[in-house]
Amino acid sequence: MIIMSVPRFWRKQIARYNLVGTHCKKCDEYFYPPRNMCPACRREGEIEDYKFSGNGEVVTFTVIHTAAEGFENQTPYVLGIIKLDEGPSLTSQIICEPETVKIGMKVKPVFRKLGQAGERGMIYYGTKFVPE
Amino acid sequence: MSVGIVSYGAYVPKYRIKVDDIARVWGDDAEILKAGLMVNEKAVPDVDEDAATIAVEAARAAVNRSDIDAQRIGAVYTGSESHPYAVKPTSTIVAEATGATPVLTAADFEFACKAGTAAVQACMGLVSSGMIDLGLAIGADVAQGAPGDALEYTAAAGGVAYVIGNKESELVAIIEDTYSFTTDTPDFWRREGMPYPEHGGRFTGEPGYFKHVTNAAKGLMNKLETKPEDYDYAVFHQPNGKFPSRAAKMLGFSKEQIKPGLVVPRLGNTYSGSCMMGIAATLDQAKPGDRIFATAFGSGAGGDAFSITVTDKIDEIRDNAPKVEELLADPIYVDYATYARHKGKIKIA
Repeated sequence: MIIMSVPRFWRKQIARYNLVGTHCKKCDEYFYPPRNMCPACRREGEIEDYKFSGNGEVVTFTVIHTAAEGFENQTPYVLGIIKLDEGPSLTSQIICEPETVKIGMKVKPVFRKLGQAGERGMIYYGTKFVPE
Repeated sequence: MSVGIVSYGAYVPKYRIKVDDIARVWGDDAEILKAGLMVNEKAVPDVDEDAATIAVEAARAAVNRSDIDAQRIGAVYTGSESHPYAVKPTSTIVAEATGATPVLTAADFEFACKAGTAAVQACMGLVSSGMIDLGLAIGADVAQGAPGDALEYTAAAGGVAYVIGNKESELVAIIEDTYSFTTDTPDFWRREGMPYPEHGGRFTGEPGYFKHVTNAAKGLMNKLETKPEDYDYAVFHQPNGKFPSRAAKMLGFSKEQIKPGLVVPRLGNTYSGSCMMGIAATLDQAKPGDRIFATAFGSGAGGDAFSITVTDKIDEIRDNAPKVEELLADPIYVDYATYARHKGKIKIA
């Protein structure tokens, strides 16, 4: 069972649903998850919200056979690092047959259930990736 | 002023189970079932898909197909009989995930298999009155059928979204009129807290489906003074292949008219998405000027009939999102055990 407080999930909800991160207009760097301050430009940076297309490629992956609590019904599943076209990398489930995933494979985003807090708690939704 | 469809989008999960596989588990004769139901296989959701994720995928496809500024959407209504929450709207999830929030009204609709078309009608009213600019009406379901029940052979997963507007230059199809026929007929229900619906068996046919579909359809044709021959295509709610084929015959529509929209043999019954999927599949291949007659049915019971004329704009947007035929192509077949796992029928601790 995933235990995450409702406000904690809700605060990052838009980022998870729509891949909204940030972009520094000064140095043209993109951030996901969103950063409020550009680590390179510091106080000179100009941060704006940025919605990623979600297109990217698989940097690396692993196949999970022994899952954490709450994910037992999904094994075997693929967990990978996706590098988005704009630059930032993120960890996500990749929805495909485990034997078909490859490093460098192009992926696109889909809207899926990320988990749920047991039978009574909230359902967490967000972005996962599928082969393009 | 015209009201109609500005865009549409469909979504079908990639997994299917064959009727043969379900019949094997319950000792039924698959050939008799397939011939009787005119359904060969049905769509199965992935383990992490539900009515909300399907509604979002359909809604995003609709918004992308016509490149709509989601901020123009003033209402989001999602029709489903499998909303993931008993209390908490699916439509807020859809609105947020399509970028339509926060200035809009939203609510969930429920009317068995016609909740989606009821949402279309509500949006037609809101755009006609000028209360909103665009309305997003969705029918999405991960339909439930109890293990071993007749429903299990057809209850499928899928969703369709329509963006409804009133600016003639934007419409890909004009909805000339709609007509509903509703009575209190308890042919299908699910009580609070129960996992699977119950139904009245054969009672769902004559006093349920056929009475409401034919009365809604005849009512609309009388109102518009049209005849079946005036339409190029027709779509009737498709809980199986037999019912819409029979309803079409009763009303005087031909097999050719219903053929493009009859997706149930390869898809199953997507409940709130069923008739709307048939309309989407028809729009996928209709030409400008073609007329489509559609009637949805929801147990409980009611029929919603629509008369639709396709405009020149359809050719501009059609290829910008996956067509129903593409969504039905290249499925991954699963056996009954995998299907049971995907549907959460197997409980782990």
